[in-house]
Amino acid sequence: MSHDSTFKTIMVALGVCLVCSILVSTTAVTLNEKQEQNKKRDEIKNILAAGDLLQDNREDFLQIFQERIQPQIIELASGTPLPESEYDKNFTPENFNIKEIAKSSQYSTPLEADQDIAQIKRKPKYMIVYFVKKEGTVEKIIVPVYGRGLWSTLYGFLALDKNLKTVRALTFYEHGETPGLGGEVDNKSWKAQWDGKKAFNDTGELVLQVLKGKVDPSKPGAESQVDGLTGATITTRGVDQLIKFWLGENGYGPFLAVLEKEGANEQE
Amino acid sequence: MSKNKKILLDPIFDNNPIAKQILGICSALAVTSKLETSIVMSLAVIFVVAFSNLSVSLIRHHIPSSIRIIVEMTIIASLVIIADQVIRAFAYDISKQLSVYVGLIITNCIVMGRAEGFALKNPPWASFLDGIGNGLGYSFILLTVGLVRELFGSGKILGITVLRLNTEGGIYNPNGLLLLPPSAFLLIGMIIWAIRRWKPEQVEEE
Repeated sequence: MSHDSTFKTIMVALGVCLVCSILVSTTAVTLNEKQEQNKKRDEIKNILAAGDLLQDNREDFLQIFQERIQPQIIELASGTPLPESEYDKNFTPENFNIKEIAKSSQYSTPLEADQDIAQIKRKPKYMIVYFVKKEGTVEKIIVPVYGRGLWSTLYGFLALDKNLKTVRALTFYEHGETPGLGGEVDNKSWKAQWDGKKAFNDTGELVLQVLKGKVDPSKPGAESQVDGLTGATITTRGVDQLIKFWLGENGYGPFLAVLEKEGANEQE
Repeated sequence: MSKNKKILLDPIFDNNPIAKQILGICSALAVTSKLETSIVMSLAVIFVVAFSNLSVSLIRHHIPSSIRIIVEMTIIASLVIIADQVIRAFAYDISKQLSVYVGLIITNCIVMGRAEGFALKNPPWASFLDGIGNGLGYSFILLTVGLVRELFGSGKILGITVLRLNTEGGIYNPNGLLLLPPSAFLLIGMIIWAIRRWKPEQVEEE
């Protein structure tokens, strides 16, 4: 039989496809569990890193996470926690997936262009926040943040002090910015600057900003300013805007207000 | 030199896919800012070229010429997906850095070039060796470029600090250009020059 007969051509095509699809699907199915685990572990490590709880070479980070971190789903607009009775399958603290939520029309709403300073197009209705606890009392609050940089959307966590005014850390766990320039958002000494910066002033106004260039410590307001990244104007602006968005009225503003009220009530 | 040994070793210096044939440059620019990613990428390419050559060679007498390229693409794409899945499962952090470039091995001209140029005409074992050899030739360039870029661009080798940066209290002022993809072009150009100085028979005639 000739190699080029129609029958042979179809048989070879079918055979190749069959063998290849079996190989590919077997690999994908067998490795799927391990990949999901990796993602989960990576996320947990990032939350711990934002809470300054991640020590190098420690394998018990899952246990630290269990002990010290309390996740909670909140409704962004009101800032109130979502009662557990309203959890569905997309909506447990274990399965909460920011990217899925931000994409779905059920769980997010489109943003007006003038409000969308972080350039994320849709605003999720719900978010997950993490309370870092020490001996039963809240020490820090970690909130997920994201926004557009130059090449990519930056995903990260912002840690706030229990006073709700001071930043404790900002870390990004996923981005595709230029290594060495915008990619320096991962640089340890740059990230260290965020610790202790005042996000809100005494009248409650959002004052935190990332400058273009270096912060002059002698000028007023330096306690709320962070150095820009050299050679990465657009990434710097992206970080500045995403912080402003997420700490503002469309972001965690209402949630922080609720927490502040609770705190005030407790003190009385 | 025995025939098989020649098939295996020739592509490293004498007929290097990047330096002599100037194939597969694209990924060599993208993944070489660190040595670690270069190593993983090299292993993935060796795996894909070797097994695509082997499989194409095994069925070379049965492939109808009308769908030859499609059959080769299917095999290569499947192998690439397998490599990508394995990296995601066992080297998660590196897979995040390599992002789309593992997937782009499908379009790496070396893989297709060897399947078309060698595996279709040669027996399986020789094709397999040719795949490994070409993969090694690609790796040689990738690792050299990755080593230079990581060492002089960020003062590290495999993430371990060798030259302390001036921003961290050391004395070394890193060369930012080396962290950007175009620097790989310059380095590959210099490697090509060096190889052709050493083996002048590779120089094309005017």
